[in-house]
Amino acid sequence: MSAPTPMSGQFARFAVSPARRRKDKLARAAITACTVIALIPLGLVVYYLLSKGLGSWSWSFLSTDPTGNTFFKASSIGGIKSAILGTVEIVALASAIAIPIGIGVAVWLVEYGRASGFAKVVRFFVDVLTGVPSIVFGLFIYIVLIVGTGSSYAGYKGSFALALLMLPVVIRSAEVILLLIPDALRESALALGAPRWRVIFSIVLPTALPGMVTGVLLAIARAAGETAPLLFTAAATDKTNLNLGQFMNSLPVQIYKDVTSPTTAVVNRAWGAALTLVAMILLLNLIARLISRRSRLA
Amino acid sequence: MTPDGTSPQVADMEPESRTGLGRERIAPQTGAPADAHPVAPADAAGTVETKQGLSVTLEQLKAFYGDAEQVKGIDLDFRANEVTAIIGPSGCGKSTMVRCINRMHEEIPGAHAEGRVLLDDADVYDPSVDVVAVRRAIGMVFQKPNPFPTMSVFDNVAAGLRLGSGGRGGRGKADLHAKVEGALRAAGLWDEMSDRLSEPGAGLSGGQQQRLCIARSLAVEPEVILMDEPCSALDPIATLKIEELIDELKKRVTIVIVTHNMQQAARVADRTAFMLSGELVEVGPTQEIFTKPNDSRTEEYVTGKFG
Ligand SMILES: Nc1ncnc2c1ncn2[C@@H]1O[C@H](COP(=O)(O)OP(=O)(O)OP(=O)(O)O)[C@@H](O)[C@H]1O
Ligand SMILES: [Mg+2]
Repeated sequence: MSAPTPMSGQFARFAVSPARRRKDKLARAAITACTVIALIPLGLVVYYLLSKGLGSWSWSFLSTDPTGNTFFKASSIGGIKSAILGTVEIVALASAIAIPIGIGVAVWLVEYGRASGFAKVVRFFVDVLTGVPSIVFGLFIYIVLIVGTGSSYAGYKGSFALALLMLPVVIRSAEVILLLIPDALRESALALGAPRWRVIFSIVLPTALPGMVTGVLLAIARAAGETAPLLFTAAATDKTNLNLGQFMNSLPVQIYKDVTSPTTAVVNRAWGAALTLVAMILLLNLIARLISRRSRLA
Repeated sequence: MTPDGTSPQVADMEPESRTGLGRERIAPQTGAPADAHPVAPADAAGTVETKQGLSVTLEQLKAFYGDAEQVKGIDLDFRANEVTAIIGPSGCGKSTMVRCINRMHEEIPGAHAEGRVLLDDADVYDPSVDVVAVRRAIGMVFQKPNPFPTMSVFDNVAAGLRLGSGGRGGRGKADLHAKVEGALRAAGLWDEMSDRLSEPGAGLSGGQQQRLCIARSLAVEPEVILMDEPCSALDPIATLKIEELIDELKKRVTIVIVTHNMQQAARVADRTAFMLSGELVEVGPTQEIFTKPNDSRTEEYVTGKFG
């Protein structure tokens, strides 16, 4: 071997040829470039959020309602209190509906339905639901619960629309995690004389919990950021309203209204609200991760 | 078919004096105390010792996956408080047959079993029998040690007691602790584990995990324990420990052990059964199976001519 490498003697045959070295460098450069390109918009989003949003953050921004008065001084437009509380309430109710039902469906699919015909039908519909644009869920609730009943907008109707949106995400992600739980675990619990439902509640679900948290958070994050399903279900209002039976404000709808305003201060409030939304989701993520880490021994 | 090899064994079922125990053990619970079965009062580590194994008798046992018959009518008697080894080439239906005994076979979608499996004198496939009760009476240890990953050592052993529907474990904390200690002692783990009870069960060594699984199945006080290649994932030292344990355990339970290791069968088993493509070729005292088997196929297998 006459490769121009420091290797010699019996190690010469292990030497990397220059051609392969070049190819390796090229491939590495290409992959690094892809990563950087993907990071650019991500970094810009974070940069704009922080630079524009942080400016409008203040205690009164978080603790006062929007005044609805958008044509005068920045100090008179108010904050986003009603939007924060509205989003928390609407998303909490949506989660309370979608998470138990979604996990229930996933458990049924994996533990009972398996490869049966009905399970296949359910999986197909869940897949279809995943791809449905969010505005369609809003439209559906609007037709059924508002036009259909002749009543008006209400926070809980927004929750229903968001729950529909979350459902397929929760089902699919929970199903994937449940499928990862080895059958040996179920079998050894069954062989101890545990009834099937106890095996599911005491062995399968606790083992799957940390994995399920990720999917559930994804669903919550997606729902919390949706504007379209809320526009004509929960509508919007300036005043803080804790009653889910009435019009309710929410962060995405507030952002949607503010960002189109001609007044700079109001547009800045939209940035502040966007930053608030992102911060809330981040916080939720952190809390959920801490809880699920603590609950897992292994 | 080898009726000559099997029929004497079924015929010479010794007249049991404890007739009726199996019936009592697996009868559907009718609200009566879960512990109708006479067991000495629970003191630490004492409970398990006083138990006796029950015999298991297979009568024309057939097992199917869908339409495929993989166990083809086996008659076999596992005597009380003896260790019976099942040997045979890979895919001959050893696991399938063993899983029929505690009705785990039917957990596989599309699988079913036919024939009778008598625990003492009660058919575990009788329609009136509660499958949960069957599995409490007939414990199982799997090939790969699989402690419950979210649970501590203590909780793993207590799992069977807590998970049970009737709740033999529902008799107070001290009692639960006594039973867990008893099971860990019986599995030879107490000395290593007594100060590590709150550690995760999945953090033990492979051999310790397997003994933890044995302790877990002992905790519910079964009369029979099925072991499907319990040592195949373990090193020779851990294997030796399990074998010593089996020798100790047969005083209180009947043991059925599937193994690919001839030496292991020779070391631990009182009797050995040889299976081939879903059928029982012959069963007899271990010594005889390995030295002067009746069937030429058994001889070929144990001397390593095929398989
Ligand atoms: N879940 C299943 N579905 C369909 N067929 C199966 C299933 N499990 C096992 N079988 C078939 O049943 C037959 C017996 O399998 P079994 O697992 O009982 O063999 P074994 O004697 O335990 O083999 P090994 O020594 O390799 O563990 C094999 O032919 C196998 O292919
Ligand atoms: Mg097997």
